[in-house]
Parts: sequence; structure tokens; C-alpha cells
Amino acid sequence: MNQSNQLELHHAIKIDADKCRACTHCLQVCPTEAIRIRNGKATIIPGRCVDCGECHRACPYQAFYVEQDDLSRIFDYKYRVALFPAVFVSQFPENISEEQIYSVLKQIGFTHTCEVEQPISVLIDSIKDFAQNEYDSESPIISSFCPATVRLIQVKYPALTEHLVLRNAPHDLAAWYVRQRLAEEGIDPSDAGIFYITPCAAKIAAVKSPVGEKKSIVDGIINMSEIYNQVMAKATGVTGNFHSCDCRNEISREGILWSLPEGEKAAFDGKSLSVDGMHNVIRILERLEDGDLQDIDFLELRACEEGCAGGIMMTSNRFLTADRQHKRAEKFPEAKSSAGMEELAEKLRIASVQPRPMVHLDTDMEKAFAKMEKARSIMCHLPGIDCGACGAPSCLALAEDMVRHEARMTDCIYIQQLWQKEGKISAEKAFRNLEKRWGENRFDVDCSKRGAKNDNGFGLMNEGEDADLY
Amino acid sequence: MKLNFQVEGGNFAKAGVASSEVKKVLKKLGVPPMIIRRIVVALYEAEVNIVAHAQQGIISVDLHHDKVEIELRDKGPGIGDISQAMQEGFSTASEEVRAMGFGAGMGLPNIKKNADELNIESKVGEGTTVHITNYFAKP
Repeated sequence: MNQSNQLELHHAIKIDADKCRACTHCLQVCPTEAIRIRNGKATIIPGRCVDCGECHRACPYQAFYVEQDDLSRIFDYKYRVALFPAVFVSQFPENISEEQIYSVLKQIGFTHTCEVEQPISVLIDSIKDFAQNEYDSESPIISSFCPATVRLIQVKYPALTEHLVLRNAPHDLAAWYVRQRLAEEGIDPSDAGIFYITPCAAKIAAVKSPVGEKKSIVDGIINMSEIYNQVMAKATGVTGNFHSCDCRNEISREGILWSLPEGEKAAFDGKSLSVDGMHNVIRILERLEDGDLQDIDFLELRACEEGCAGGIMMTSNRFLTADRQHKRAEKFPEAKSSAGMEELAEKLRIASVQPRPMVHLDTDMEKAFAKMEKARSIMCHLPGIDCGACGAPSCLALAEDMVRHEARMTDCIYIQQLWQKEGKISAEKAFRNLEKRWGENRFDVDCSKRGAKNDNGFGLMNEGEDADLY
Repeated sequence: MKLNFQVEGGNFAKAGVASSEVKKVLKKLGVPPMIIRRIVVALYEAEVNIVAHAQQGIISVDLHHDKVEIELRDKGPGIGDISQAMQEGFSTASEEVRAMGFGAGMGLPNIKKNADELNIESKVGEGTTVHITNYFAKP
């Protein structure tokens, strides 16, 4: 089975081949071993990627980027709604007021502004309803808030998909809520575009290729870092009438804190755990698979440390953001009752999340057996140092790629060296193999690489470049 | 294909190493997720039992195309009355072990629930051998 031919899924994380230097940092951090170096560039195996963004964080060359819709697309609509999560507001330093932030959003061209995690009581009550009246398997139920963890469970912990809460994420809740509000204002739905300002790539994947989630009613996605820069540039210049958030009356303490660690946990009685950070999430899911967490009722999972405050498109430091968010939350009232919003609650239901196991060696179990035995014998020969010089994240991953016919023994530089010594391969051939894997220019003298004489890493310039701006 | 693991009695930090490894292998073989889950839950319980009660043990996992046979052999106190030990809530675990969240008396019943076939042999003062067999497809 060719991994790269597996089911095409929408991924928001992309690689800029011009910037990628195949330094292998991304290889090691990917929780699903979805990255390989091919022809001197990092590539992503689509079926394995969960859009968590760990590669984006690890890349020293900013070669990973997150696709977004062009901001000018908002002008395709007569009414333009900016839907943003509470972490967006909390990123800004204290000297920039909420009103200034809202005003800049309107200055950019949005006609309406609304915070995502509102009206949160609808979601809280709906999740409670799910736990009490729908869920009938073993505890715990697992939050479906973080799309990266939902996808991780599908791919790596498929047996746990049945624990997922079958309710939509808050951005769709807010989008439906806004639609209702706009209708009340007499606005034709086809005239309104809802744009979600996202802190991460996984939320984009959730919008563009939903799993279990219903087709999103969000019309476009804008990266938070881009809007952050616009607000920073314009906020202090904003004068005159400040606009306030259109959904301001709905903003509640629980809603503001929802995307931070313990934000969901706080809403539920019983024993619940809040786990943030990809590696911690993996550890807890392993234990859950062992049947070891049956006394836990609710499991809140966040791929990013400090929850959405640590999203990959967040500009400010996650701990400062979270701190400001907690302080802001204190200024808002508790969430109002969800009574009368049953129609909205109905929109939150999603279909069951299907397992999508991607780690098997072959779809035919007998063949998988044979391949595993072969991979185990190959492992006897590989050096076991997981250096990444073959383009796979570990020796074992290379061995498994080999039995899938996606890699060869000579991809291992140690094996090549040994085979040269034993006269099994010529030095010329070995060198060509390396060039194939790492690109023809790999062995050219390059003084612009990190730490070299003319390091042109982010912000640094080449020696030869004109440093005179004027 | 055979996988063997040594288990150290009393070392709770290492409890679960064997089940983790077996889990990884079963996933790579493409065994259906819900079947893996039953195997792993049974194996993990049995592994923790060795850690909690015995001095040491060996876990042998024999993988076939259609089933997995697991043998857990320990040197330990043994079980005096196996049918009593199979009852939910029955436990001989020490206070220290219970304080760590183990020893609720659900171990053997839980293994039984998740194993397709279970066979326990034990000699008091010598040790216990547990055989678990699970099939990859519903027979």
C-alpha cells in the first residue's frame, strides 16, 4: 500500500519547498510519523497528518506555513462577520483595549464582530445531555473541542473514537448563532459571509474537511497572526467612536476560559482531567487504551500547551495570553441559561467519528504479518540511532517504509558505508544515492545555512545583500 | 512471531511496557481496533497483577495470523482459591498497592471479560501462570 496515495484529506499545513532545507527537525517531532524527506525536501503523508502543527513549531526555517483564505475575499459579501476566539483578544498587551481591537476589525472591513465561544451554555448543556442521555459506552467521554486531538484519535487510537463527544466545536456554534442574529436583523443569509479567525491549522482542517463535524457553515478562514499584525499596526491610531462587539451581551466567563486548559473541565461535575500538549495527550490516550482510566468521567484534551493560547498562529507568549485571559474573564458575568436556544443546540449534534487507522503495514493481515517479520529482520542490520539521514523519522520507520517498497536499504548512510567497504557498491553509486535522497545541490558549499558564515535565517541578511534601505 | 518481556515485581513505573509494545505491533498488523483493545486491556491487567503481587515474571506473546496467545508466568505467592479471586471486588493487594490505584479486585474479572479464552494455573508459594487467547476475527 502506497502511503502517499491514501485518501486525500484537506490539510492546512503546507511546506514551502524553497525554504525547506530538509534539516529533519520536523521528522522527529511529528506524533504520527507523517513526514519523510524526499528529494531533499520534507513531504507530508496526507493520511497520517493530524494538522497539529508540531512541525510548524519545530522548523527553524519557517518552511511550514498555514494556508488561509485571502482577506480580500471578505468583500465578496455585503455583510462580513469576523468570528474570533477569546484568545485573539487576550494576545494583545494591556494598553490595547477591547474596543480598539473591535474597531480595527471594522476598519479592516468587517461589518460584524463576534466572539467564538458564545453562547457557551448551549454547548455545555448539550455536552451534558450527550453524557447523560446518549453515551452508553465505558467512561470517560473525550472532548471533541480540539480537532487535532480528534484526528490523532482517529489515526493512532482508533478504538477510542467511540469515546468522543458528538458535538460540534464552538466556532460552528457561534456561526449558527450569528446566522440567527443576522436573520433577526432582516439580513439575507446569502449576503453574509462568516470568517473565522483561527489560532491553529487543525481548526482549518475541521472547517475544510470535517470528520463527524457537519459541513461547516463558516465561509472563510483567516489566520490569526495576520490579523494580529493589522491590529497592532492600527489599534493605537484608532480614534473617535469605538465599536463594541456585536455579541457582547453573550460574552461570559465560562466562554472566555473555554479554550484554555480546564476551561471545559470546569463545566462538568464528576472526575475529569485536563490534558494539554501533544506528548501529554499521547501518554493519556495510551493509558486509556490500556483500560486504565475508567474512573474518569470527562477527558479534556488540547494538542497545544496552554490550550488555544498556545496555538501555532498565536503571536504572543502563551502564558502571558492565558494570564490576560483569566483576568479578562473575571470582568464578565457567568453564562446565561441556554433556555430558549434549543434550535441552536440541535445544530451542535454531529455524526459519529469514524476510526481511520493509518499505521498498519498492509490492509491484508497475512501480508502485514509477513511485512512485519521482514521489517524486524531488516532492523537487525540498521544502526538503530534514528539519525534521520535516510529521510525517515527512525530506523524502524525506514524498515517499515522498505517493506512497503517506499524506501531502500541504501537509503541508510551506514549501510551504504558498510556496503562500500565490503565492495558491494561503488563510491560513485553511493554518492548518487545520497544526491537522490537529499537533492543534487546538497553537497555544494552553502554559507547561508544556519550558523554558517552568511546565515540568512529569519531576519538575517546575506553578506552580499544591500543593507541600505533608503 | 514471538515477543518476550521480563516483568519486575514491585516496579510500577514499568507496568504497562509489555502491553504498550504489543499494542504497537497489533496496530501495525492491522488487527481491528476493538479487538486490539480487548487484548490490551486483558494483558495490561495481567501485567499489573505480576507487578503488584509477584517478585518477577515473564510474558510471552505468540502472534499467529488469526489469534494471539499470551502466557504470563510469575514467581510469586500464587493464588489459593482461583474461583474466589475471579469474583469482582475480591483483592489481596496491600495497602500500598491500593494507594497507587491498583488492587480494587477488578483485575481477574476484567481479564476474563476481555479474553476470549482464559486459563489460570497456580501453586501457592510458587507462582501463577495465566494463559490468554484472543482471536483477530469473531469466530
